Amino acid sequence: MTRSNAYIGSPLDRIEDLRLLAGAGTFVGDLKPDNLLYAVILRSPISHGRIRKIGTAAARSLQGVAAVITAAEIGEVPIIPVRQHGKPEGEPYRQPVIAGEKVRYVGEPVAVVIASEQCIAEDAAELIELEIDELPAVATHEIAARDQTLLFENTVTNLATTFYARMGDADMAFATAEYKRKEKFSVHRHTASPMETRGLLAEWNPELQRMVVSGATKVPFFNRNVVAEMLRLQPSQVDLIEVDVGGGFGARGEFYPEDFLIPFAARYVGGNVRWVEDRREHLMAMNHAREMYADLEIACRKDGTLVGVRGRIDIDLGAYVRTNGFTTPRNVVQFVSGPYLIPNIAIDAFSYLTSKTPTGTYRGPGRYEASFFCERLLDMAANDLGIDPAEFRLKNLIPEDQLPRPLATMAGLDRTWQTELDNGAYGVVMERCLKEFGWEEKKKLQGQLIDGRYHGIAVGNFVEGGAGGRFENARMTIEKGGTVTVAVGSTALGQGLQTILSQIAADALSMPIERIRLLHGSTTLVTQGFGSFHSRSTVMGGSAILLAAEALVALLRDKGASHFGCEPDQVSVSDGYVYYGTKSMEFSAFAGSEVERQFENRKLTYSYGSHTAHVAVDPGTGHVELLDYMTVDDVGRIINPATLHGQILGAIVQGLGSTFLEHLQYDENGQLLTGSLADYLLPTATDFPNIRGISLGLRPCPNNPLGAKGAGEGGLIAVGGVIGNAIAAALRSMSVEPRDLPLSPPQIWRLIQQAKASNHNPKMNEQS
Amino acid sequence: MTSAPITVTINGARKTLNVSSRITLADALRDVARLTGTHVGCEHGVCGACTVIIDGLAVRSCLMLAVQAAGSEITTVEGLANKGEFSALQASFRKHHAVQCGFCTPGILTTMHALLREEPDADEERIRDVLSGNICRCTGYVQIVEAVMEARASYSRGSAA
Ligand code: FES
Ligand code: FES
Repeated sequence: MTRSNAYIGSPLDRIEDLRLLAGAGTFVGDLKPDNLLYAVILRSPISHGRIRKIGTAAARSLQGVAAVITAAEIGEVPIIPVRQHGKPEGEPYRQPVIAGEKVRYVGEPVAVVIASEQCIAEDAAELIELEIDELPAVATHEIAARDQTLLFENTVTNLATTFYARMGDADMAFATAEYKRKEKFSVHRHTASPMETRGLLAEWNPELQRMVVSGATKVPFFNRNVVAEMLRLQPSQVDLIEVDVGGGFGARGEFYPEDFLIPFAARYVGGNVRWVEDRREHLMAMNHAREMYADLEIACRKDGTLVGVRGRIDIDLGAYVRTNGFTTPRNVVQFVSGPYLIPNIAIDAFSYLTSKTPTGTYRGPGRYEASFFCERLLDMAANDLGIDPAEFRLKNLIPEDQLPRPLATMAGLDRTWQTELDNGAYGVVMERCLKEFGWEEKKKLQGQLIDGRYHGIAVGNFVEGGAGGRFENARMTIEKGGTVTVAVGSTALGQGLQTILSQIAADALSMPIERIRLLHGSTTLVTQGFGSFHSRSTVMGGSAILLAAEALVALLRDKGASHFGCEPDQVSVSDGYVYYGTKSMEFSAFAGSEVERQFENRKLTYSYGSHTAHVAVDPGTGHVELLDYMTVDDVGRIINPATLHGQILGAIVQGLGSTFLEHLQYDENGQLLTGSLADYLLPTATDFPNIRGISLGLRPCPNNPLGAKGAGEGGLIAVGGVIGNAIAAALRSMSVEPRDLPLSPPQIWRLIQQAKASNHNPKMNEQS
Repeated sequence: MTSAPITVTINGARKTLNVSSRITLADALRDVARLTGTHVGCEHGVCGACTVIIDGLAVRSCLMLAVQAAGSEITTVEGLANKGEFSALQASFRKHHAVQCGFCTPGILTTMHALLREEPDADEERIRDVLSGNICRCTGYVQIVEAVMEARASYSRGSAA
């Protein structure tokens, strides 16, 4: 690089905003090619049952209906493969793209109606006679564990898989421990719920035998290969195109049944078919997340040094093992220790199938849950031992000189399942967070009753895994006008990727950002790619861009050298020129020069940080007001501080929504009770106004040339534990201990009532 | 389905749209007028993504039938800029990084535009209160509120903003 970084690290305005603020973005539902047909999906209204009849005659005869597609029309029904963290025992539980014989959750696709207008398709779907013989619902993991009703009769159990996290010798540690405490916790079912529901446009060209699918995101290359194989096409006959995307958060862009059904429908009718999910559909069809139940025990020395954690976690996986269904179960056992030095670990996870919507990843998968369990246990232990919760944590954070440090081993699994924390100054960041928050000052309020409300504060720490997926490709091409086109396999999900990657490319080529044209996300751009998941697109896409830029500069030096008649190392490249001494040539003279490079990586990045919260609890109503929420994190290297800040703040509020508001509720028949945004409550602007975040580039990541770490989940991960602890601290005089999320007002109110009933003599309790 | 022509003024231009009696204004704007900046996030009046300004008031276009809008004056997000120049509110959104995925943005811009035209001195509490009718899943609202606060000045000056 011939000039210092001009763009990396600066809060550049986003390129994306020019179109998004003008209302000129292009989301999939905005696409309307000629001769467009509309798809509506009929979904099972029953949780568990055997399909007796799907009568489609009336629907087919409605004017404007082009086709009604059921399992019968599809023939051999494809089964959706697992994309990551697959295990052989999970194979029998994968989801068919449409229900043929059995339905296993409310919302499972049963038929697809294609019509000339959306409303006609909706009318026709209502005319389908669907008869289902109900089977007993498997509405909880406890019922599932009994194995009396099997969701898959060709198997012997509803237990899809188990994971075992091991480190040291937990039995020994617990046998000799000076202090132990055992607790039960639960995290409730909720989901990503991006503001744009899912949608797809499939365009089949019968002459060319080509399929173009718009609306792809996250992992377009994987999904392209899957849909091609299911349709018995060559991958080269199928393109997946990414348009603007209204939020992903881990859930959008996985291969869902519709990712087959809509392209199949387009080929079936020989034209263009668009499907846009409505919100009710979305809440029952998109991956759910997080529902699990933990039974954990912590052990430490009297001085507060952690020695062990052990126990089991039962996971409600929903009806099928989806593309990343095992990622959360694996993460939750691996990450219970978070950034803390816990030498002895033995945690088992059991993933049960239930007749509810299948689950997958949501921002901070398994880590939000693990952090809730761990942080709650730490505060309980600190309180029992009479140690300040902040001191307790500072004592137990992994010291910098002990990093890198492996997390607990995933027993019986190969090395691709294992991981280690890379680097970081965990204690430094936590102290900074305490200072910014004003811990010492606010500590005086701990447990105080002021104007009728109890005040509490809490602190917690997290690590966030990033940069998963083995590689990413970037291609750079010099165009006729001397601009450089950069194409990457990374996908954008609304996180400002176009801007961030342009900043990296402009700096790497030492040229003005206006002369970079960044393309991403579609399978047409590079030969291979992975996409955006696991907080990876900046690190992986950015690193691939660095490698491609290096190669392009080398190529231009060679070309320059032969033109100027000198050695390549006498040639320099910057500002869109190739220089030799006082001579120069514009990039445009080298139009057509092109390189493609791949960045490969097997190590994950771990950004980390601390959260602090100050709450006031109204004991009369159970209402909790969040008076202050402060996070500090270290992401290794900051590319764009303004977009990063937005990611952190957005993640905090999502975490607060998870902790206080959002809840996908089912009844005992497996019926989803929360099918609208009036029942499924997302945070609004008045809920959590007092949030702050500071991001640091303190310890660059050693595992990639950029030094960056995946970021964007960390703001969410520690929220449940920290809020739970702040409420417990506020209500310490009543010995209220929140163990189950969400912490809604009725839930807190109930806990207060129970505490009042059980300690009728509060005096006695104060002495404990 | 019975279709009827309605005449409306959209972003200053008079238009006649042929709409069937059962479609919502949101669908008419998107599919018939082909102004796709107005987004639909829930179709049941909760998310606010579909908000447009009708005769000066912020209205959820998913809760209104297209035929009910006959004769009215409608401003959508596409009508906020002036000859290709961002309005002060739009520019402030860009400056404050108040946009992430941008799906909620059109509805928030129209809602806030309608608010500031009526109440250019709205304080943070009032802004948050009105904003609470629009859901943004990405930003956590902080940067949106900052952007709106800063844009207030251009409304109080009485400019068209
Ligand atoms: S789409 Fe109209 S309020 Fe959500
Ligand atoms: S920016 Fe994505 S919903 Fe608001």
